[in-house]
Amino acid sequence: MLTPFQYLLSGIYLTRYILYSRHELLLFEALQEGLEEEMERDIRVCVMGEDVGHYGGSYKVTKGLAKKFGDLRVLDTPIAENSFTGMGIGAAMTGLRPVVEGMNMGFLLLAFNQISNNCGMLHYTSGGQFTIPIVIRGPGGVGRQLGAEHSQRLESYFQSIPGIQMVACSTPYNAKGLMKAAIRSENPVILFEHVLLYNLKERIPDEDYICNLEEAEMVRPGEHVTILTYSRMRYHVMQAAKTLVNKGYDPEVIDIRSLKPFDLYTIGNSVKKTHRVLIVEECMRTGGIGASLIAAITENFNDYLDAPIMCLSSQDVPTPYAGTLEEVTVVQPAQIVTAVEQLCQ
Amino acid sequence: MSLSHHHLNTNILPTLSATIPTPFPLVFSAPIVSFLSFIFSSPLSLPSSPPIFSPFPSSLPTRKKMATAFSPSKFAAQPFPLNTTSQNNPLTIPTTASPFLGSTRKLIRLSSSSNLNIRRRSGTVVAVSDVVKENKSKSTLNLLITKEEGLELYEDMVLGRAFEDMCAQMYYRGKMFGFVHLYNGQEAISTGFIKLLKQQDSVVSTYRDHVHALSKGVSARAVMSELFGKTTGCCRGQGGSMHMFSREHNVLGGFAFIGEGIPVATGAAFTSKYKREVLKEADCDHVTLAFFGDGTCNNGQFFECLNMAALWKLPIVFVVENNLWAIGMSHLRATSDPQIYKKGPAFGMPGVHVDGMDVLKVREVAKEAIGRARRGEGPTLVECETYRFRGHSLADPDELRDPAEKAHYAARDPITALKKYLIENSLASEADLKAIDKKIDEVVEEAVEFADESPVPPQSQLLENVFADPKGFGIGPDGQYRCEDPKFTEGTAQV
Repeated sequence: MLTPFQYLLSGIYLTRYILYSRHELLLFEALQEGLEEEMERDIRVCVMGEDVGHYGGSYKVTKGLAKKFGDLRVLDTPIAENSFTGMGIGAAMTGLRPVVEGMNMGFLLLAFNQISNNCGMLHYTSGGQFTIPIVIRGPGGVGRQLGAEHSQRLESYFQSIPGIQMVACSTPYNAKGLMKAAIRSENPVILFEHVLLYNLKERIPDEDYICNLEEAEMVRPGEHVTILTYSRMRYHVMQAAKTLVNKGYDPEVIDIRSLKPFDLYTIGNSVKKTHRVLIVEECMRTGGIGASLIAAITENFNDYLDAPIMCLSSQDVPTPYAGTLEEVTVVQPAQIVTAVEQLCQ
Repeated sequence: MSLSHHHLNTNILPTLSATIPTPFPLVFSAPIVSFLSFIFSSPLSLPSSPPIFSPFPSSLPTRKKMATAFSPSKFAAQPFPLNTTSQNNPLTIPTTASPFLGSTRKLIRLSSSSNLNIRRRSGTVVAVSDVVKENKSKSTLNLLITKEEGLELYEDMVLGRAFEDMCAQMYYRGKMFGFVHLYNGQEAISTGFIKLLKQQDSVVSTYRDHVHALSKGVSARAVMSELFGKTTGCCRGQGGSMHMFSREHNVLGGFAFIGEGIPVATGAAFTSKYKREVLKEADCDHVTLAFFGDGTCNNGQFFECLNMAALWKLPIVFVVENNLWAIGMSHLRATSDPQIYKKGPAFGMPGVHVDGMDVLKVREVAKEAIGRARRGEGPTLVECETYRFRGHSLADPDELRDPAEKAHYAARDPITALKKYLIENSLASEADLKAIDKKIDEVVEEAVEFADESPVPPQSQLLENVFADPKGFGIGPDGQYRCEDPKFTEGTAQV
């Protein structure tokens, strides 16, 4: 039994904990914080990209960093993705820890040569002599009427490259955590951000934390169906989940976060519990992350499935400019609700 | 003429005057000057100059030599102000009346008729040995190399040649497979440049990388084992002919796609600058050399990196090994302006052309270019005119190249030229050189034996080195990291 004084004290501590050991920020600020902390922690961490320095980054992820760390640590590059990504790789091989920003993920298509051949393969072809502790990041995904070329999802193109890891952030908490983990990792990591998620607000812990690069995140535990998702589609799924709960369903929502490799432990445990899987992604259907996920789940957990895996992906269509068409290119919450109902029949 | 900003950038000359190597006394007499000029025939390119020198003027005197603190009285028209050592030495363009250009006047007329299809060699080549004969009596004071250096260069080139010849033999005997690109004929470039580097300097190459690795210090055994695909190879047998890497000797590859290595070299140079300026290692003056061919000079990565290197004054030297052929594509058929060295000033760096079949000329140009980079003055583009005696790779029948062209360059074999130079300047005797030949033969044979006896990689090696941190293979269904699965170390795990 606690005395009234002890109750008061614990109440004060609890209030302090809630108020003061967390701070609220937007997702792009969380990324910036993660980057800044890592740059302070290790002087070898540097940033390279277009407009990352004086302009502060086209999505403000590197705002203020050039003033603080100088023009060489936050390097404004000319518009030459293939070459400055390669330059980042050369710098990584010789001791630095660069963070290469693609102003839009789609621009990294120009750097595919360097990402595939050098980033992914060089550690292997050198017999393990050189490591490439590089982070390649940038915003991708379908935005608000940005047009086909600025609305690309490159996770499906890069996933086959052996030797790289891919992670997708979706909340300020995991954005900061994944950014820090990616920078500290000895492997080359591609961090996928989403253009529409930069202004999400959340309270995140003050203390230093990282998110494990290979783990998935349990968003909402449930019993009836496993919904696997990542990046922006997480929010469409959560919106659909509200509707589903009202209709009496209990979906388990997992944000897979690690697009390559898959966290088959978290996913497997969920499949073993619910026996039904729905994948909701923003990638195109052909050769996308969902396609690989279906293959992995079927190979490993086929016996636990009560129904075929359903996968909702974007249409295999270049993203149209018109808002109405763009809306139907990506998966909407209503479709998710229908799919779950179908799956749970 | 006055110097514009661009000209200042191309002006290697004044700096050389401050960096004449110590064996050279500063007072020269005219015949020796002419001798030196013929040796160092690498003209700087000036961006706005009319084409008053030949398109491929390998025998033109280098302007940098001319601006040194001596005055050759032999030449009627003195194109350069010679009595000054100031850094802002204005370069005057030599007129066609200059005796230097006498032998190339024919080519000048040819070039002004803008006939780009001329054959490269129009009799302007002056082999090192010919010039040596000319000035034999005066040459005792002014040799470019000491005996030790000469023997070192000779040994390195012979190692390169013998190694590549052995590779060809081994390939046809079925000991190595795939694409093997041999360096025969181009040894002067590798030796001329890489022998000036320190261990911490980096070298980035292409698929024609065996000799670059050897010159940098990777042992012949390691390279041969790598070619045989054995686990004792420098890359554990995982890289092969086109991926020679060495952490110890800072050989950063070995790249199969052309142009791929140039950004990596730029990154290594960036690290050097970063170390100096951010990590405050004030004495860090590591230089990076990027070697690539004429075909690469039409590739975007080349131009993008020239831009970035000049922009940030990175300590890098871009070495073009222009052997005129990209497999079967003649450089002249692929390039709108075949004079690659001219592309340097377009980006704000000096572009230098040098005879790549002459190791001493290459070495002198390399000294200056590497010196520039070490001093923080920025990059240099060096175009070395050279030739590969064999086909593009061992799979190339090499039927397209004119036998006369091949014969012409075979006569300019860099090893023969150096041998002649050493002997005629009494730097070494035939016996010395034969001893080196024998030693290298033994080294190469021993390398083959070592490679033959080395074990092939076991299956357990398959999954190693894919990731530096093997947690990257992820978490398996059982909750354990895949790399902790015992089958992982056997190479049989499903990842």
